Amino acid sequence: MNARRAILLTYLLALSLPIYWLVNMSFKTNTEITAGVSLWPHAPTLANYVRIFTDPSWYSGYINSLTYVVINTALSLACALPAAYAFSRYRFLGDKHLFFWLLSNRMAPPAVFALPFFNLYSAVGLFDTPWAIALAHCLFNVPLAVWILEGFMSAVPREIDETAQIDGYSFPRFFGRIFLPLIANGIGVAAFFCFMFSWVELLLARTLTTVNAKPIAAIMTRTISAAGMDWGLLAAAGVLTLLPGALVIWFVRNHIAKGFALGRV
Amino acid sequence: MKPRDDRAWLLVLPVFAVVLFSAVLPLMTVVNYSVQDSFGNNQFFWNGMGWFRELLDPTSELGGRFLAALGRNLVFSAVILAIEVPLGILVALCMPRGGWQLAVTMVVMALPLLVPWNVVGTIWQVFARADIGLFGAAVNGLGIDYNYAGNATAAWFTVIVMDVWHWTSLVALLCYAGLRAIPDAYYQAARIDGAGRWAVFRNIELPKLKRVLVIGVLLRFIDSFMIYTEPFVVTGGGPGNSTTFLSIDLVKLALGQFDLGKAAAMSLVYNLMTLLVCWVFFTAMTQLDAAREPTP
Repeated sequence: MNARRAILLTYLLALSLPIYWLVNMSFKTNTEITAGVSLWPHAPTLANYVRIFTDPSWYSGYINSLTYVVINTALSLACALPAAYAFSRYRFLGDKHLFFWLLSNRMAPPAVFALPFFNLYSAVGLFDTPWAIALAHCLFNVPLAVWILEGFMSAVPREIDETAQIDGYSFPRFFGRIFLPLIANGIGVAAFFCFMFSWVELLLARTLTTVNAKPIAAIMTRTISAAGMDWGLLAAAGVLTLLPGALVIWFVRNHIAKGFALGRV
Repeated sequence: MKPRDDRAWLLVLPVFAVVLFSAVLPLMTVVNYSVQDSFGNNQFFWNGMGWFRELLDPTSELGGRFLAALGRNLVFSAVILAIEVPLGILVALCMPRGGWQLAVTMVVMALPLLVPWNVVGTIWQVFARADIGLFGAAVNGLGIDYNYAGNATAAWFTVIVMDVWHWTSLVALLCYAGLRAIPDAYYQAARIDGAGRWAVFRNIELPKLKRVLVIGVLLRFIDSFMIYTEPFVVTGGGPGNSTTFLSIDLVKLALGQFDLGKAAAMSLVYNLMTLLVCWVFFTAMTQLDAAREPTP
């Protein structure tokens, strides 16, 4: 029993330490950081955070990131909901192949798509807009949403659909009024994972933007300047990117495994 | 049994359209580039299978480079799997069964999974530095000369520790979900039979974990096979080319050198490999699902 607890505590400590180090650094001045290793900020300062929140070239990055992430989540859910219903309730021509094909998109390396996306979105005039990234992230988020939602929907007994039909509900009314509230949990989990995977991705987001829609992740690389590295600022910017996940993690803690396993657990 | 209704296609149509636009259309561009050569100025001419022949010939410059990156990537995937899977199972076995301890454990475990990938890189870039990072300072303090920017072994060590930090929790959470699904009756039966801890693990827990492990192993394999951002931030693929994995090499070729034909050929071969692994995954999973469902 005690060995188990010791292993677990060691593991949890090892997980938290690197994150603690980032938080620790974000409250230090650069002089203190470069002076050597100190386990906590001896002269805590908020200067790094103040700079991010007052400089538009910094905070616009967060706005840009949030914009495309929200568009992507809405888009992914909107088209995944009916599709997931179809997969969970019916057999149809090519259903298994389509399901596999969707999965294969979640598994495709984004690096393969970087160059063609660059060409495609330049050609249709969406380059350097949040829409380009939002659409590009659909590549892996739409399949993810379909898989997660299909798992939740299949847990709802089919008798409910049939009863509603007998009671005279039209399909759209049944879907909106009865079915969606039943899988509200699943929609929340799917939305969370679309949000997360779009939020953590950098390669495509960086490739598809230059100035106007630059995500925070790409702006962070700017802290290297002629005067050397602004470590404190970099750490503060990093800490702020952890917030969206940290804020909602409590609500989805029981579904984390399900979301990462494409709803297959 | 689900009823058959081909009108369900209407419901799938939006997804189909999105995937067509965001996956098939770009891939067609790649196919197009892969069979052409260019002198710049948007002048292209037919090159047939030339790029593919060069790519798959290890003696050529491109082929050698591709093979080296592929080799590095396979070694990386193998190493992280060999660490993360056993460690994940061990952690899952140590997790509390309920109460607030479980909630706190799950939240802490999920934290690294939700960190943006470039910030994962940043965290370790800082944490592993000898001058300002706790980890780097501690390792150097033990008398080991450790500098990930200058030494290939140290760079590999950092990238692997980083991935283990980042993703072991995923395997652990999956295994935990699998363990929870084992009915108590199995454990009671084992206790009556006087089975030891190892026997319980070997004969009850491990077989029941098969399904989640298939998912875990393949997700980890695929994601480590297309890893880009995290090692790129920490090492930039170096020192030299020592941590240049497939995606890093491909982006260098495509967006750095703008070598469209070569990059496209490499993209297709790379994508085909992931597709193959994906197919194996899907088959294994559907078979396990079928074995689990009671036959009518």
